[in-house]
Amino acid sequence: MIEFVLDSRSKVNTYVQLVQQVKQALRVGLLVPGDQLPKVRDVAQSLAINPNTVLKAYRELEIEGLAEGRPGVGTFVTATLARGALADQAELRAELVDWVRRAQAAGLTAEDVTALVATTMRATFPASLKEESA
Amino acid sequence: MRGSGMELVLEADALGKRYGSSWALRDCALRLPAGRVAALVGPNGAGKSTLLHLAVGLLRPDAGAVRVFDQAPYGNTKLLAEIGFVAQDTPLYRDLTAEELVTLGGKLNRRWDAALVRHRLAQLGIPPGKPVGTLSGGQRAQVALALALAKRPRLLLLLDEPVASLDPLARREFMQSLMGSVAESGTTVLLSSHILGDLERVCDYLIVLHSAEVKLAGPVEDLLDGHRQLMGPRTADDRSIAGVAAVVRASHTDRQSTLLVRTDGDPIDPSWTVRDVDLEDLILAYLTDGGPTRASHEEWGVPA
Repeated sequence: MIEFVLDSRSKVNTYVQLVQQVKQALRVGLLVPGDQLPKVRDVAQSLAINPNTVLKAYRELEIEGLAEGRPGVGTFVTATLARGALADQAELRAELVDWVRRAQAAGLTAEDVTALVATTMRATFPASLKEESA
Repeated sequence: MRGSGMELVLEADALGKRYGSSWALRDCALRLPAGRVAALVGPNGAGKSTLLHLAVGLLRPDAGAVRVFDQAPYGNTKLLAEIGFVAQDTPLYRDLTAEELVTLGGKLNRRWDAALVRHRLAQLGIPPGKPVGTLSGGQRAQVALALALAKRPRLLLLLDEPVASLDPLARREFMQSLMGSVAESGTTVLLSSHILGDLERVCDYLIVLHSAEVKLAGPVEDLLDGHRQLMGPRTADDRSIAGVAAVVRASHTDRQSTLLVRTDGDPIDPSWTVRDVDLEDLILAYLTDGGPTRASHEEWGVPA
């Protein structure tokens, strides 16, 4: 089960924040098909938000084919956004950690690294960035 | 969405209430659909408590009509069973313990879920045997809410948000309890407040009252969609702008104008910088009068 966290300074709609967190969890394999999403009541209570907002987020996930509501039981994940085997992701992550350490050793600050990654992404992976911001 | 049918919980038509010669509420028209959490917002003296007291049947209208679940509330004891009411300052019998209040509630109400209220109070860590007058303000507010919910009301009215004067933690805990129970029961909620802070997360329906009149009412999403803030070079107040149905509030410097407008659905004149509004912008715009006037300057004997 995942736990939702809201960014109170973010101007992003509360329901969009919930949807994005589920998608993020699906991408990194934290949620897999068959998993139950937190109950509407529990989310509304722990975040002190309107239950209709949670329902709206879950409905959005249903429309996108990522989840399904089972009356009286709850909402369950039906698809994944994780691309490639999760094992590949672990390997890629390990390589990235090595790379970040090398960048650090070369004197790059965190901001330098982020900027370098962002420009490289824009140059080599333009489609994915558009999808992110949509 | 809960209550997606258009069942109306609260309806007012030309509703008015007068104290002596002055109107506390005037020509009020409202339609609150079921399943909503509605915020009733306005400064002190705007008519919020008058409206809630009319809805719960504690006051009789002097003009127009108010209906709750399609019935007139005044003197209607049968309807009272459907309404939970938590008043300002959470007035409980302060010498009674929480335990005694639960027992008393069971005797005074036809429908009473004692198990529910006991469970809630236990979860909140409220001591059953202490006079509620000795509890903290936050705990007292929680007791009042739990008692109101034990009636299993279909409409819950919260007057001046009983925790408005409490610390942020107690306020958050109260809101958590409230949202948890709304999710469970599907109760329609109308809460009056003068704190704007986190209303946007809690409420999906907004009613703005000012000077005894309803200035704005509707689903929050529609209201936010239908308003924009525009910034651009200074313009005259009466100039019409493409895409704008009405200017709600305007402020000007010698070279810039900032307008909060109601849009008409058409594209807005591209010479303006357009920004989305949040709930707080919207409420403040509708609560602000014309601002300083020539007359007020004359009355104070200062140059405008």
